Amino acid sequence: MADNSIKKISIVPFGPQHPVLPEPIHLDLVLQDEKVIDALPSIGFVHRGLEKLVEKRDFQEFVLIAERTCGICSFGHGLGYVEAIESIMDLQVPERAKFLRTMWAELARMHNHLMWLGLLGDAFGFESLFMETWRLRERVLDQLELTTGGRVIFSVNKVGGLRRDVTPGMLESIRKAVESLEKDCRIVTDTFLGDHDVLSRMKGVGKLSPERAVELGCCGPFLRASGVRRDLRTTGYEAYGKLKFEPVISLDGDCYARCEVRIKELYQSMDLVKQCIEKMPDGEVFVPFKGNPDGECMVRIEQPRGEALYYVKANGTKFLTRYRNRTPTYSNIPGLIETIIGAELADVAMMILTIDPCISCTER
Amino acid sequence: MAFTNYIGYALKNLFTKPSTEKYPAQPRQYGERYRGHIENDISKCILCGMCMRSCPSSAITVSKPDYTWKIRPFSCVQCRRCVEVCPVHCLSMHNSYTEPGPEKTEIINRYSDEQIAKEVEKQKAMAAKIAAAKAAAAAKAAEQ
Repeated sequence: MADNSIKKISIVPFGPQHPVLPEPIHLDLVLQDEKVIDALPSIGFVHRGLEKLVEKRDFQEFVLIAERTCGICSFGHGLGYVEAIESIMDLQVPERAKFLRTMWAELARMHNHLMWLGLLGDAFGFESLFMETWRLRERVLDQLELTTGGRVIFSVNKVGGLRRDVTPGMLESIRKAVESLEKDCRIVTDTFLGDHDVLSRMKGVGKLSPERAVELGCCGPFLRASGVRRDLRTTGYEAYGKLKFEPVISLDGDCYARCEVRIKELYQSMDLVKQCIEKMPDGEVFVPFKGNPDGECMVRIEQPRGEALYYVKANGTKFLTRYRNRTPTYSNIPGLIETIIGAELADVAMMILTIDPCISCTER
Repeated sequence: MAFTNYIGYALKNLFTKPSTEKYPAQPRQYGERYRGHIENDISKCILCGMCMRSCPSSAITVSKPDYTWKIRPFSCVQCRRCVEVCPVHCLSMHNSYTEPGPEKTEIINRYSDEQIAKEVEKQKAMAAKIAAAKAAAAAKAAEQ
């Protein structure tokens, strides 16, 4: 009782606009002195009602809307939706299209992880590291622009395959870019993993046990950093079944582990892109089809930020009945709250960042 | 050790070229596939309205009575869907940005006077044909 009397309890509103927050999430932090004892999240600042739009748009045209859910994992959203429709219509997508989809998904993962590393550097005040990382990311974006015509919104997926094929010259250019990136990334990522200042901010901060992470339904690198081996790419959708890779995990469950998992995934993605280019088969990239989908389907894919779920219900007309998209950030928010409670106020911003939040995607 | 390596890497920036381009002094080099803006070759356009119906952001308006095809370039999301659905291939995607401007203006493409005259004649001919068909049908009905 005497102990409580000298401590001051206050509520600090955090976000939706905050210098280190890239996304509009609001948290009411209950503080006891500098320590967070409770956190209440609230979202709903950027809801756009994209799911409802499915009732008014042609199912083939909706791919373009589905991928505009998010600016960073746009390719994955388009892919999830297209896969759901293809499995309802029982379409066999050509092998080349599958490999190209996998390659672009991995390039998207690379640019997402590089962007996240930059934001992390910015969150703990290492501005120079932030700029270096984003400069490296630009090379990935250049390759995406060259092959798809868009930097972050690719618009290459369509029901039944792809809208565009790539030339051998483009594949060679991607391979060269990835190889040079691998060399230059080492210095930057070694700084993240080995620098004393960076370590002091991240080691032991925001720990989450594997049991709690599974119980709270976390996913993606956030879950794998707690030592849980769960990566949907191992289920072998698209061309992942034909590529060699192992899910990256780390055992500590703190901010450093999350950073480590993402850095290792960055190199893993580079390797997967190279494997895709090596094994790229020839042939068509689109299979023609007739008719409208009828039935329902649920598809899960591994986005750069974690597991995303797509549910599509069709009724035999060109307009769908329902489209539901559950994004990785949505399932990571309970885990985030768990890590924040008991932490220092100064670490909260970085902890929010380590789940790689995408609130605009979550609210759709 | 990691930090000393990084310092060397960061200091190299003092002796290298800037990463950014000196825009607008140095013009931007667009990729061949870059989705920049939509242009319409109105001489080929049949004003069918397929592009208007398939536009995800409703940026295109087609009006047959006014003989116009309009696009709001600031609403366009550069998805290239209209180019794909166009039955006469009069729409095309160009690889440079939309010109910046102080207002959210519309780009209006209107049929030329010759095209309008042709269209009016076509419609007149069609109306005459319909009227003739109707008269024939009425005459047939009267006979019976």
